[in-house]
Amino acid sequence: MSRVKFLEERCKGCLLCTVACPKEIIRQSDRFNQHGYKVAEVPAEDMDKCTGCTSCALMCPDIAIRVYRTPKSKGAAKND
Amino acid sequence: MSEQEKLVFDRADALVDVPTHYCPGCQHGVAQRLAGELLTEMGLTENTLLVTSIGCSVFLYNYLNVDSVEAPHGRAPAVATGVKRARSDKFVLSYQGDGDLASIGMAEIMHCANRGENVSIIFVNNTVYGMTGGQMAPTTLVGQKTTTSPAGRNASKEGLPIRMSEIIGQLGGTAYSARVAVNNVKNIRKAKKAMKKAFEVQQKELGFGFIEVLATCPTNWRMDALKANERIENELIPYFPLGVHKDVTAEVED
Repeated sequence: MSRVKFLEERCKGCLLCTVACPKEIIRQSDRFNQHGYKVAEVPAEDMDKCTGCTSCALMCPDIAIRVYRTPKSKGAAKND
Repeated sequence: MSEQEKLVFDRADALVDVPTHYCPGCQHGVAQRLAGELLTEMGLTENTLLVTSIGCSVFLYNYLNVDSVEAPHGRAPAVATGVKRARSDKFVLSYQGDGDLASIGMAEIMHCANRGENVSIIFVNNTVYGMTGGQMAPTTLVGQKTTTSPAGRNASKEGLPIRMSEIIGQLGGTAYSARVAVNNVKNIRKAKKAMKKAFEVQQKELGFGFIEVLATCPTNWRMDALKANERIENELIPYFPLGVHKDVTAEVED
């Protein structure tokens, strides 16, 4: 399973990542960081849809997203 | 789980781990990140001298982990010339905005390119003077409202926006000139490749490397980040077409 980690203190809430995500699982959260920006998040129930494509991280102007990818085991890959 | 989870995207070593002063959605962040990633990937971090300019890019020396010289407004290509001639073993990179490069620094950039100095220049075009409050720049589109053109830019009074990378591509000393955008993932990947080319021509001592990056300025365009990003596609790219305007390495291969 791949996942993304938002560095919430770096996020400025511009939401450019929400349109970059091909799975459209990134949204604005209800949380504010200490700078007063409403940060982006991936809801916990949607995180398993993440493919680790790094689109959101490439689009992010503030390097607020880290992407982790787990390689699929050969043959054992189920439909993602 | 048998497989090990891999970190596939993180900050490059050439980028300092600090928050930037840019407004939310400002694509200066993307442009400087691409530069930092390339410096790391090409192993240039230790060997780079950065020449920074005036504008929103003024604090770049805080964000890239390289030694730098701060140039007076518009004079980064002149300072870069001096730096490169004094230390020709170093990789010299300059980063300028459109108010800086295309307006007050027009003479410096023209002659630096025409002399074919072995430097690489990243030119971020967001069509306004960002830092000083959104005044009209030479690259402001016709009809665009800014604080000094409240009725929109008037072509009969202020002329048409200047297409810098085409002009630079016409000059004899230029080895590489291209315009890229960072408005979507595909363009960001292309931008990184083009920027790498602009760096490589300096390493091969072929001449002047120039890369124009179309970027947003959500604050001065009076838009949110997503609308500003759409404006790049809808308004900027039709007037400032993306592409390579000069590439001496391609001519050699033909």
